[in-house]
Amino acid sequence: MSDQHDHNGESHHHPEPQSYAALRTKAIESLLIEKGLLSSDVVDRVVSTYENDIGPMIGARIVARAWVDPEFKRRLLDDATAAIAEMGHQGNHFVVVENTPSVHNVVCCTLCSCYPWAVLGLPPSWYKSFEYRSRIVLEPRVVLREFGVEVPESVEVRVWDSSAEIRYIVLPERPKGTEHLSEEELARLVSRDAMIGTAVVKAPASVA
Amino acid sequence: MSAEPTVNNAVASLAGAAGLPRKNGELVFEAPWEGRVFGLAVSLSEQNYYVWDEFRDQLIAEIGQADAQGDPSTYYERWLASFERLLLQKGLVSQDELDARTAEYESGARE
Repeated sequence: MSDQHDHNGESHHHPEPQSYAALRTKAIESLLIEKGLLSSDVVDRVVSTYENDIGPMIGARIVARAWVDPEFKRRLLDDATAAIAEMGHQGNHFVVVENTPSVHNVVCCTLCSCYPWAVLGLPPSWYKSFEYRSRIVLEPRVVLREFGVEVPESVEVRVWDSSAEIRYIVLPERPKGTEHLSEEELARLVSRDAMIGTAVVKAPASVA
Repeated sequence: MSAEPTVNNAVASLAGAAGLPRKNGELVFEAPWEGRVFGLAVSLSEQNYYVWDEFRDQLIAEIGQADAQGDPSTYYERWLASFERLLLQKGLVSQDELDARTAEYESGARE
């Protein structure tokens, strides 16, 4: 599986030695694929469904809290590591960048795949791809359009390069028409991609 | 293939010692292979090679046995062991081919 080998000699992320369990898992997957019982694609989709629906929930809760609690939002933007710790989560050095009507933020890791695992779960496979890592810096608007995010020319796009030391998280804009939703309901609207900056949060379809 | 997968409540609601490792509700994978072996077991059940409860029962048995023996293995190592046992029982893979394939990854003959 190529996605396990995204470290092409970079030094700031550390390739881990493969444990027996990791090797055994690879062996099982490769046999199941060879026998036609599964495709990698199916497994990818299952994993990503569970990640999307369950994985990034800490991140989604942080975003929802910031939307309903201006004081928390201020603390989050001032010192994300402390604000996230306040919600019961200790982790690496987080920086939260806020989307506004005039700024759209998007996060990448140009060298490898540094990612705020602790709050967003496993990174999507495209995040680790050379294509995303290189193109998001060179032509962010084009890449965002490919993700279905049309950023008007009047809006500045800022690209943040995560590293082992600093992991960026995007605070997306709260969608219009969600004033009546609870914090819990809001958290459910926030996708992993919205916190990377490759999606925007939309109000639920049932909202008029 | 069928529609996009959705979160299956039987998977999400594994209970007690068999409960999925979580922090504040979300799944916690300590390493990429854990996410992968999780996805493999769920995918095969979604494709009806076994019903989820068969896997769950294997997992519960594996955890019970490991705990009784004071085995320090982790949750997903036990998940892997029960998944492997179920695959063998169902005849989906054989012990020999699994060992051979693992050795190929170990030696770097395959990656």
